Amino acid sequence: MPNRNELVIFLAVAVAGIAAPLVLPGYTTQFAFLWVMVVFALTWDILGGQMGYNSFGNVVFFGLGMYVCAVVQIAPFTDLAEYTSASGTQDIGLSHGQYYLGLAVGCSIAAVAATIVAAVLGSGILALRGHYFAICTLGLGIAAGEIAAGIDLIGAGSGMVTPLYPGGIGSRERFFYFLCLALAVVVFLTLRSVYAGRFGLAINAIRDDEDKAEAMGIRTTRYKTVAWCISAFFLGIAGGLVGNIVGFIDPTEVAFAGATFGVWMVLMAILGGKGTLWGPVLGAAVFHVTQEVFWTYLFGWQRVALGLLIVLIVVFFPQGILGWLRERYPERFGHRIEPAEGASREGA
Amino acid sequence: MSELDLLFQMPVLNLQLLLDGILVGSIFVLAAYGMALVWGVMNVINIAQGEFVMIGGYVAVVFGWIGIHPLFAVPAAAVILFVFGWALYRLVIFRVVDRDLFVSLLATFGLSILIQQLLNQIFTADVQAADSGFDTMLFLNGMVSVAQIKLVAFLLAAVIGGLLMLFLRVSRLGQAIRATAQNARAARILGIDTDRVYAATYGLNAALCGTAGALVAMTWVIQPFQGLAYTVRSFMIVVVAGLGNIGAVIVAGLGLGAAENFAGFLLGAEFQVAFVFSLLVVVLLWRSHRLGRKRRYLR
Amino acid sequence: MSEAMLVVDNVSKRFGGVVANADISLEVAPGEIVGLIGPNGSGKTTLFNSIVGFHPIDSGSILFEGREITALRVPQIARLGLLRTFQQTRVYGKMTCMENMRISTANREAGLRGMFRRFPPAVDEHAEELLEFVGLYSKRFLRAGDLSFGQQKLLEFAMALMNGPRMLLLDEPTAGINPTLINGLIDRLRRANAELGITLLVIEHNMRVVMNLAERIYCLAHGELLAEGSPDEVQSNPHVVEAYLGAH
Repeated sequence: MPNRNELVIFLAVAVAGIAAPLVLPGYTTQFAFLWVMVVFALTWDILGGQMGYNSFGNVVFFGLGMYVCAVVQIAPFTDLAEYTSASGTQDIGLSHGQYYLGLAVGCSIAAVAATIVAAVLGSGILALRGHYFAICTLGLGIAAGEIAAGIDLIGAGSGMVTPLYPGGIGSRERFFYFLCLALAVVVFLTLRSVYAGRFGLAINAIRDDEDKAEAMGIRTTRYKTVAWCISAFFLGIAGGLVGNIVGFIDPTEVAFAGATFGVWMVLMAILGGKGTLWGPVLGAAVFHVTQEVFWTYLFGWQRVALGLLIVLIVVFFPQGILGWLRERYPERFGHRIEPAEGASREGA
Repeated sequence: MSELDLLFQMPVLNLQLLLDGILVGSIFVLAAYGMALVWGVMNVINIAQGEFVMIGGYVAVVFGWIGIHPLFAVPAAAVILFVFGWALYRLVIFRVVDRDLFVSLLATFGLSILIQQLLNQIFTADVQAADSGFDTMLFLNGMVSVAQIKLVAFLLAAVIGGLLMLFLRVSRLGQAIRATAQNARAARILGIDTDRVYAATYGLNAALCGTAGALVAMTWVIQPFQGLAYTVRSFMIVVVAGLGNIGAVIVAGLGLGAAENFAGFLLGAEFQVAFVFSLLVVVLLWRSHRLGRKRRYLR
Repeated sequence: MSEAMLVVDNVSKRFGGVVANADISLEVAPGEIVGLIGPNGSGKTTLFNSIVGFHPIDSGSILFEGREITALRVPQIARLGLLRTFQQTRVYGKMTCMENMRISTANREAGLRGMFRRFPPAVDEHAEELLEFVGLYSKRFLRAGDLSFGQQKLLEFAMALMNGPRMLLLDEPTAGINPTLINGLIDRLRRANAELGITLLVIEHNMRVVMNLAERIYCLAHGELLAEGSPDEVQSNPHVVEAYLGAH
């Protein structure tokens, strides 16, 4: 059950979220990306923060979702190979109904495809531990991008253009903004619910001591795979949405963007405090704002500044904002320090 | 006729690919040896390995621009990168050495990104190379060609590797490094300043990568974002060969060079990078499967 | 005579050149408390690891409640009701004691839905009972990692009980515990056996504990089974005495 503080914060964020594009319409797409970042951070945290499996390859599901959704949106209306070799000059002219239906079906199939891939890959990759898992997933993310860049059907290195939104300019940004907001809310509430049951404690146990968890009979393989599938599911949908927001799918820069999104996923969760629910949300917000500031004022050097930021956070602030708060004010933000009253249940 | 058919029809082609692969593989061996050194001594997996290689490459490129023959860049890069590595240790790495491995992984990954972007800002994203002005030798009635510079690079790599091994065996610092690798606590108790050993090791690794990079610039191309591929190659070689066995590192490195060359021919140049990273995944999964039979885990 | 709960039949395990277990055979009947003693390095923990599937054995077979478990993996064996505790004491450090207890309940549901179920209040009640049983009730909301070593050992024991096992392999349950508290622990072990019906196989170095607690004792030395019998028999066995004295 949510405590009052959490409820208040959640409602405040929700209201701000709904109001933002109306108050500052010029920044609508940036706000949309804020929610995408929240989804990135939350889905990474299931594996990295809650379960202790630091993945550098979650971007695989994002990119896969992006391509799958776009293909589903385009293929029923024209020849795919022709479309991609036309490099965006071909407009398939969708009506509102066709567009919305295509997007919905596309995102659904993207989610399913990503989940299946997670289950299949997970059976092998999740057997790796620690840094081997991290590096293997890193390789996976980059390999996926390079392979996609070689497949002509989906545009190879030139990428793919997603269908034009049938509505006007302003409505397009708003439409996708609210979809991203909705996705972020759904992800947050789903994780909150999932963490409250056996699943949450099981993946925490795997993080704290996987051998012990196995020795106590926990079906670790199953929990690990399901955790990755949950990440993949939502990342697939996010991919479908972002592909349509950007309008253009580049295999290594937008879809399987290992060097940007892939790394940021890790960083945001750590910055906010990994292993918590609000940490990734906080980290995503802070990171996104910082990144936008860098882009505006440090143009040209923003990527360098971001690289420096990564090093600084990892070296000096690995516990993240929430982690730091928990250390300073343990009783308020985290766990008990003093034993409870009463030595026995009758005496309590 | 497909590429695979070509291989069967023209055995000489196999020889060409093998030769080119082994020659470039020698450079991989250098970088892998450095990674194994840092991993074995201070339990840090240096993700910025490839970026050190790239920096070494740019030293050679710059030498070419200012009129010095790039071959002189090999020792120059060693010195420059050694200082750079030492400084990096003193600034950043020492803070993550004793923490858990993931923190050092992430820290060096952050450094890798930082260096990539810096190189991109300074040199742009164009590929660069350093012209050694060497010829190409032809064998077997012109069917097999070997660029002289590649042969020189191979020999240099062997010499550098040999010098390093000698250094580790004979010099006091080298012995201190080996002692620390075996048991850091014991080394400390015996009076070895492990912090200096770590700094020296990290600098040594950077120097190795620097020489490898200078060689790469002369035999191939360099580009700010190609570093990660070298990191992954080094990691793969170390995983396959193990930390202690230099012979295995050599075989694995040369083998990887050859494999990559064949893959580049069969799959097309645009898939060669994909091959390297996919191979990483395959190697790790295969290793894990083999260990899993004995119910052990890759640690 | 009722069927044995655990049968270890000619089990051998070597690591490289070192033979850790050589043709070990032992049996534990349901409801018994059996002790496993031997000087350091005699292969006791290795035998535990072999029994619970932590590593594959080289030869021999292991049966639990009549069922062959030699090729099964650790989680599978644990779900059959055979649990072990660790010599170094392992608990989930970042979770509270109550959370440690909750996640220790056996998950009887095999399907996906069982993975996401909330814990009913009965689970918390049971957890509190067991924590009180081991004397950790007041510490139940503290992080397991913040407890002292002895307290963690008690928590590990409580977690094992929470899982409702039929047999428990305890690896040095009194090591590192304050001597004044050892009697209390022996008492709790006896009660777990008598009231909850849990069969115990206990590795122990503390002779007083073993002689008091165990009905039968096996003694290992240099990877081999040296002696077997009642506490008095084993204690007065000259080979056993020599193994311990010789090991110093």
